[in-house]
Amino acid sequence: MKQEIPTSSMPDVVFMLLFFFMVTTELRKTSINVMQRIPEATQLKKLQRKSLIADLYIGEPKKRDQGMDAKIQADDAFISTKDIIIWASRKRDALAENERDQFTVSFKADSEAKRGIIADVETELRKVNARKILYSTMGKKEEPN
Amino acid sequence: MARATPEIPNASMADIAFLLLTFFLVTTTIANDRGLSLILPPPPEAQQEEEVKIQEHNMFKIQLNSSDALLVENEPMGDVSGLKKMIKEFVLNRGVDPKSSENPVKAVVSFKTDRGTSHKRFVEILDIIQGAYYDIYAERAGVTNARWRELSNELEGNMENQRLYDIGRGKKGTPDEIPMNISIAEPTKVGG
Repeated sequence: MKQEIPTSSMPDVVFMLLFFFMVTTELRKTSINVMQRIPEATQLKKLQRKSLIADLYIGEPKKRDQGMDAKIQADDAFISTKDIIIWASRKRDALAENERDQFTVSFKADSEAKRGIIADVETELRKVNARKILYSTMGKKEEPN
Repeated sequence: MARATPEIPNASMADIAFLLLTFFLVTTTIANDRGLSLILPPPPEAQQEEEVKIQEHNMFKIQLNSSDALLVENEPMGDVSGLKKMIKEFVLNRGVDPKSSENPVKAVVSFKTDRGTSHKRFVEILDIIQGAYYDIYAERAGVTNARWRELSNELEGNMENQRLYDIGRGKKGTPDEIPMNISIAEPTKVGG
């Protein structure tokens, strides 16, 4: 007896997958120009609202001609540490007034980035009172202790 | 004259859908808004001038140098698997061991790094410190660690979560409170 996989429902299945990806993903707004080997951790917290988060990408530039030192990328451009104050206040002012205290800066920092540059950014953020931060990490399974 | 009813050919439907699917797969990223959350201390100038003296025994010192080597209470530590337990015992000592913390309110976990410490190592250790506190809270509230982290994110307008949160962490200002006193010091300048 000849057996065949029924193919008539194939478009439905594929459309279903398509809708899943359309709903769960978002279009990448910026192209990231620094290395992003995100570290792993177990004690993750999930941030509820995307609109309250501003991302900072920190790591070595992907292009070798831009140097070997870690750089900070905000939105589409590299910025220096002293520009953090302006960047953070501009991002926070874009939020509604009652949400400004919830403003969170997410550090998408490369595993090999040094603590020095990240601490410098933190110092700047403290100056503008943008004190809620998140070290973006990937999840990993907790080891039994 | 009878006209044939026009029909949309649906044989290529699957191909079109696959194409669209591939497009979305390639152009999108799954949002990753998870990580270790932290609140930075107030700006340096706003802090009180007077030096807050913390008694030596109320402080649990963790240091990382520029080559990512770990020093816990001034002793080198290679394997970090026991660190979480040490922190939990330190916080919940309540004066039993005179060399450890007096009470959880006074207990401070001091975490010092160097400018040359890698972010990966920093995250690894911070993960352990925060994990120790979350474990303590979760145990007091009678929930799992994962559930605790979830509920502490959903406090607004949720009475049950607020109730559990108050049990786990203790109400602010009461001796029952276990504040998450993690002090992340300015990195020292050796490497970087």
